[in-house]
Amino acid sequence: MSAMILQELKPFYGKRQAVKAVNMELASNQITAIIGPSGCGKSTVLRCLNRMHETIPGATATGTVLLGGQDIYAADVDPTMIRIKVGMVFQQPVALRTRNVYENVAIGLRLQGISQRAELDAAVERALRSAVLWDEVKDVLSKPGTALSGGQQQRLAIARALAIQPDVLLLDEPASALDPIATASIEELLVTLKQRLTIVIVTHSMQQAARISDETAVFMVDVGQNQTIGELVEKGQTTQVFTQPSDPRTESYISGRVG
Amino acid sequence: MRISIRTADSDVEGHMAQRTTPPEWSTGKSPLRHGDVPFRAGTIMLASAVVLLVFAIAWMLYTSSQEARTAFGWDLLFGSAWNPVQTELNPISFGGWPAVRGTLLSACIALIIAAPLAIGIGIYLAELCPISLRTPLSFLVELLAAVPSVIYGVWGVFVFIPFFNTAFATPVSESIGTFLPWFAGPIATGRGLLVTGVILALMILPTIASLTRDVLRLVPNTQREAMLAIGATRWETIWLAVIPYSRAGIIGAIMLGLGRALGETMAATMLVGNTQRISGSLFAPATTAASLVANELTNSVSSLHESALIAVAFALFGITLFLNFGARLLIWYVERNTRGGRS
Amino acid sequence: MRTFNYRRRKLTDQVMRGLSALATGCAIIPLIAIIGYVLTIGAGAMSWSFFSDVYQPPSSAPEPTADKPAPAYDPNDPFADISVAPIDAAGNVDPTVSVYNAAPRGGVLHGILGTLTIAGIGLLFALPIGIFAGIYLSEFRNERYATIVRFCCDVLSGSPSIVAGVTIYVLVVLQAKQFSAVAGSMALAILMIPIVTRTTEEMLKLVPETMREAARGLGAPVWYSTLTVVLPAALPGIVTGVMLAFARGAGETAPLILTVLGSNVISMDIFKPMAALPLLTYRYTESPYPGENTQAWGAAFVLMMLVLLMNILVRVATRKAGGNSR
Repeated sequence: MSAMILQELKPFYGKRQAVKAVNMELASNQITAIIGPSGCGKSTVLRCLNRMHETIPGATATGTVLLGGQDIYAADVDPTMIRIKVGMVFQQPVALRTRNVYENVAIGLRLQGISQRAELDAAVERALRSAVLWDEVKDVLSKPGTALSGGQQQRLAIARALAIQPDVLLLDEPASALDPIATASIEELLVTLKQRLTIVIVTHSMQQAARISDETAVFMVDVGQNQTIGELVEKGQTTQVFTQPSDPRTESYISGRVG
Repeated sequence: MRISIRTADSDVEGHMAQRTTPPEWSTGKSPLRHGDVPFRAGTIMLASAVVLLVFAIAWMLYTSSQEARTAFGWDLLFGSAWNPVQTELNPISFGGWPAVRGTLLSACIALIIAAPLAIGIGIYLAELCPISLRTPLSFLVELLAAVPSVIYGVWGVFVFIPFFNTAFATPVSESIGTFLPWFAGPIATGRGLLVTGVILALMILPTIASLTRDVLRLVPNTQREAMLAIGATRWETIWLAVIPYSRAGIIGAIMLGLGRALGETMAATMLVGNTQRISGSLFAPATTAASLVANELTNSVSSLHESALIAVAFALFGITLFLNFGARLLIWYVERNTRGGRS
Repeated sequence: MRTFNYRRRKLTDQVMRGLSALATGCAIIPLIAIIGYVLTIGAGAMSWSFFSDVYQPPSSAPEPTADKPAPAYDPNDPFADISVAPIDAAGNVDPTVSVYNAAPRGGVLHGILGTLTIAGIGLLFALPIGIFAGIYLSEFRNERYATIVRFCCDVLSGSPSIVAGVTIYVLVVLQAKQFSAVAGSMALAILMIPIVTRTTEEMLKLVPETMREAARGLGAPVWYSTLTVVLPAALPGIVTGVMLAFARGAGETAPLILTVLGSNVISMDIFKPMAALPLLTYRYTESPYPGENTQAWGAAFVLMMLVLLMNILVRVATRKAGGNSR
């Protein structure tokens, strides 16, 4: 069963096409890793999945992305509604600076008009527990979110995304700014979370992809005469991709990097 | 980065060691080597001219206003009668309240009109405006901040006052003005505090707007993306994340605008009507501190008169100094906290 | 999906975005109107004599010709401004012709020359202080004294221009017992210094640190690398700052009222009162004669062109240099 289906998805920056048309399916309750060298457009494709791509001035995308049968690029679809169902966590840990830990998690619910304290309290605790952060922050809920460590802020960002109960969670190199211990805790967290939702993670670390993902999509960069353009070259079971890649480019990429 | 430079340097040095004649200044014989101490001293000396200038202004304003300050004290700001010349009815007195009141009222009117508009413009330029409009609009706003104040005065006198009188002042004074003394008629020349306030608002709009835009652009994009990613609309992102983040800077921008409105001389002189009589109506002629000084200082009738006018300028300098200090502190605070900028 | 407050949120979003666009529109319209009025009405005041002639008192008398020259203007004559309407042979005054509806006469050449002189000399005062203070702020930026200099610079740029006028009035005009162009230049210099200083500082800071390191790595002393490597690299940016400072100074009026006083003739003695465009703009605006009011628009036009030209030049220059102008 597929949570999302990408059909002929073409992201653009201005007039420049960033990635060749992408066709793939993202399996539900699985972790799909997107790997590839820098500049291959893996983050761009990820950002197309909840329409965050178009928030960059000049950026557009064409094609179809089906989420539960609904095309998120249909004309009458409001991107903000999509972003409620498809959450996103970024490379840099972000705590909203003017808000405390509690409000950092509660804000998504408040936006949706939930203001009853008891309901919020329960939802915040549930989200923080899901992000394995509750025990560390339950006594400092009124401290500024920025007072937390980098790893904690990243889990806070995950809690913020989880609080509004999305169907899909997108993560854009969530551990690249973190130390190994914080990275391990994030990876562990993702593996437990996949029971509840579908996870797509962009990572530059093939080890990370191999460790946690069920499926892997490999993007390569095609350096043409006039422009460089990203391309999806292979998508399959992670073990399959890493042991018996079908595309020679994948093979050389993997063998070159995973020694 | 550093490592590569070091390598490059040592390469060059290695190369130079092989040269038969090393450059003059590396031999220790050239006078060039001894330039650094006088160079630093020279720049410090000229930089000190700036510091000296500020102290000279403050000291001059302080000492030259001594005579009036000892004679009248706080009455210079809050006394209600300004009579430079002895007449049968009025003894000589220098009470600056009409000017202080006019300055405060016109600046407040300007701020009430300009601040919300300017913040709206700042938000539009920094957050919402299509990319193709961003550069021309920003340029226009900066250009408008550079238009000399006397030009605002000319436009105010010949274009805005006649328009304002027929379109706003006359109907308002005949309706609301009949029971609300603030807007009472008659409308004579049309010069008054409200007109001055409106023109001052136009003048400080570009200042506040471009500073607001600058502080909003300092907000890291990660904060915006974090809000958008949980399904916030553009406006919710701006209102709940971007503006709280840069609140201190926006207040700083408004304070700088207020400083400009308080100290603006030419537009006020040309539009306020220049009378010491205090009227309850905002349509009636009044005066401001800066225009009082501009109008009377070169025609002062006595050293006491001159001293009193300098005391008014001293107060003006003091309050704008205070506002600038506060505003810079706030903007500096924002910049320090957002170092690293947008990603 | 929870959508019960969706319509309200969407509406708020659209209304507030609309309001901010509306605010921009509302504010831009009168501001464009100002430029538009000055450029259109001001252009109407343009004529050859506007640029080639000096002040002529308003008069309904016919334009002076070669064989019938106008009487010389005597500034000491209290009635010089009031010329007599034509009187016919019978001694009757023609009521349709009066000073009041006379066409503008004369020009503002004295003002243009005066403004260029006063602002130019002001720039000469401001340049050494501004540039070297800027060098100090940029090249010795970590010294504690730099913070003090920077703050004083902000104080100068934030204080009302009338304060600069009062300062020079007391320290120079009263001491010399003489209004003079050079006093005006000093007052304008006070306003120009912070602009030059801050631009120089900003532009020098844009010069990559690697350039300094490269020069110093070769053994060049600080002063030598600053003056021969860093300063030339930042020169285009500094020139734009100087141009903006000139434009700002040329447009200032309040300090000139207290220092140069104004003049109706071309005077190139910088130790005497001198005419200046902003002063003419102000005086002609306050004048009861419509002819002079037209001249006010004309003078405003010339000032506006100066400001527009400087700003556009700066825009073009900074874009070409690739510097990030603000």
